[in-house]
Amino acid sequence: MGMKSDIKLIDDNGLRIDGRLPNQLRPIKMEVGILKRADGSAFVEWGGNKIMAAVYGPHEAYPKHMQEADKAIVRARYSMAPFSVDERKRPGPDRRAIELSKVISEALESVIFVEKYPRTSIDVYIEVLQADAGTRVAGITAASLALADAGIPMKDMIVGCAAGKVDDVVVLDLNKEEDNFGQADVPMAIMPRTKEIALLQMDGDMTYEELTTAMEMAMDAAQKIHEMQVEALKRKYVKEVDKNE
Amino acid sequence: MSNSKFTAGVIPEMQRKYIHKLASQGTRVDGRHFDEIRKLEVTKGYIPRAEGSALVNLGNTRVLVGVKIEPGTPFPDTPNMGILTTNAELAPLASPTFEPGPPGEEAIELARVVDRGIREGHAIDLEKLVIEEGEKVWIVFIDIHVLDYDGNLFDASGYGALAALTNAIVPASRYDLGDDFKLPMQHYPVPVTFAKIGNWIVADPNLDEESIASARLTVTTSEEGHINAMQKGLCGTFTYEEVQKVINMSMNIGGKVREVILGDSNVKED
Amino acid sequence: MEGKIAIRKIVVPGEEIDEKGKPGNGVFVENGKLYSAYLGIVDIRAGYVNVIPLSGCYIPKKGDKVIGKIIDLAPMNWVVDINAPYYAPLHVNDVPWRVDFGDTGRYLSIGDVILAKVSNVNELGQVWITMKEQGLRKLEGGHVIKISPFKVPRVIGKGGSMIQMLKDYTGCRIYVGQNGVIWISGPPEGIITVIKAIRMIENEAHTYGLTDRVKEFLEENRGENDGNEE
Repeated sequence: MGMKSDIKLIDDNGLRIDGRLPNQLRPIKMEVGILKRADGSAFVEWGGNKIMAAVYGPHEAYPKHMQEADKAIVRARYSMAPFSVDERKRPGPDRRAIELSKVISEALESVIFVEKYPRTSIDVYIEVLQADAGTRVAGITAASLALADAGIPMKDMIVGCAAGKVDDVVVLDLNKEEDNFGQADVPMAIMPRTKEIALLQMDGDMTYEELTTAMEMAMDAAQKIHEMQVEALKRKYVKEVDKNE
Repeated sequence: MSNSKFTAGVIPEMQRKYIHKLASQGTRVDGRHFDEIRKLEVTKGYIPRAEGSALVNLGNTRVLVGVKIEPGTPFPDTPNMGILTTNAELAPLASPTFEPGPPGEEAIELARVVDRGIREGHAIDLEKLVIEEGEKVWIVFIDIHVLDYDGNLFDASGYGALAALTNAIVPASRYDLGDDFKLPMQHYPVPVTFAKIGNWIVADPNLDEESIASARLTVTTSEEGHINAMQKGLCGTFTYEEVQKVINMSMNIGGKVREVILGDSNVKED
Repeated sequence: MEGKIAIRKIVVPGEEIDEKGKPGNGVFVENGKLYSAYLGIVDIRAGYVNVIPLSGCYIPKKGDKVIGKIIDLAPMNWVVDINAPYYAPLHVNDVPWRVDFGDTGRYLSIGDVILAKVSNVNELGQVWITMKEQGLRKLEGGHVIKISPFKVPRVIGKGGSMIQMLKDYTGCRIYVGQNGVIWISGPPEGIITVIKAIRMIENEAHTYGLTDRVKEFLEENRGENDGNEE
């Protein structure tokens, strides 16, 4: 955020550098059940992001001191492939990945009926294969699909979506240039049914009005993304029938 | 549906007997011939952001290989050659038996076996990757990312690495070092792995077979019929005759695999 | 294509369920409304609205017959993977043999597959199993595969009709554990056919007219398997 640049991010017609309107999402594709070994899995393409999520569990938490007597623990791990970014990323988690893993774990846990599986762990692995801004929100959207696919009971889905500010305009779903040269970014995770906010981060500089506009924009978009999630989950089962026809 | 826990780790004795029984009748768990590999699909250019990439499906085993190319300092003993470095990650999403954390010995062996084939087979013309002799050369990073593990990572990763290299572009313009150019390739070494099950030898073992195999042998051969790398694994042994047979089978199968890798397989998206 | 086979209504976690009835399994109530907790299909039975999950792990119930795998030994018990979130201990008092202290490995070793019964489950999810009952035993020969435990009823079929059909057509012996682990024994071609048919049932468990399609598949794969039982 906040890198100064001469690039004009919003043109005279109010369009963004990729031709989108301020409140328009990038193209999103979702697919559920893509991995054979995992208990649940999903793939999300969101703009140039390519992200896979897999769920293993619930299974007895190990090491034992991690166990909670009355509920399952949710352990999400966010990881970026070395080739997912322009400059090769050294393999292994950095401080950013560790922080994101923590907030994503907490957001996912907020919808899971964790009390159903005491002493267990539900492991969620998010692999960013190609990064194009907004990886954490695309990742959490994929993770939520993978959890549903794994048969984990939840009170709602989780949808990730970000909004922000570029060239003094509040915009939805920042792309890479906007993320690099924009003024603010507000990644969120939202429960589409109850509209509760499960993840909220912000960095940059916004007025109160700008921030609330951005949050409302993301929450509206979350409904659309949720429709795609529902469609992707149901499609898996329709497709499986077709295949055998 | 997955089989995450039940078949992970401990292999039932029952499974060993069943696979041996099938082998004695000339067949395999998935009905393949002994010298038949699983369906191979290669999608090149899957990660446009990488300089080269390929997604490989070998049956249900899925591996994504990305190539990044950056300028760097050459090794003192090879001032007029680019650098090749290979790394593998067994991403924990690929199997219930893969743990998060730094690469273990399995990942390191995998990276080294793939590296050996590419390096000793002189797949890349490293002498063409010098920017300024002794000062600056191109470093080619091959990163292997295992996504779904159903056996035989050596071959899936080797095919992915070769396919990713064949569609890699050296990003010279990004570093103000002239025009981008295709990564100079000169040979196409292809690994084929065999598992020994009882007294039988099968190509491209899947996870069920791999987990009960007594020995494993990977042979990497070039388009000229030369042998560039071998790696024998596990506690069992091969006879000299078996090794000869394996090398011949590797050349035969390798030829067909090479056609798939070099073929126009970069059209398939999603 | 999609119109060919009727699909039962699929719901996702958090989706409101229109059907009226008392809240059953797999649903929860908020502000008087019913919602699904799972990706599953709606099932109305005796006035209760249930959601049957389409995937997920096995949750042991007392009395379930399960197929398990020995994964560890202790002087007084074995540790058994029954495909549930928790491993189940099998105590030496719960087997049909007299086992001396520390001699567990002589009777069942790591990797052995057994047919057992869930004898107790507590609120913490802890499970105990037993082999002390007629028919419970170590399974030898054959092959095991795993399916979603929620699809076990479809594989068994109404009154065991589906499983009987699989046995009749292939000459295999088949045992379906409530935990989704299936043991198949018989001629290799028969086993391969049974596995294919079970995968088909698994993939199409949420559709109507499944029995007929499986029968069709078995007819096509009939071959020389008939009556080849070992």
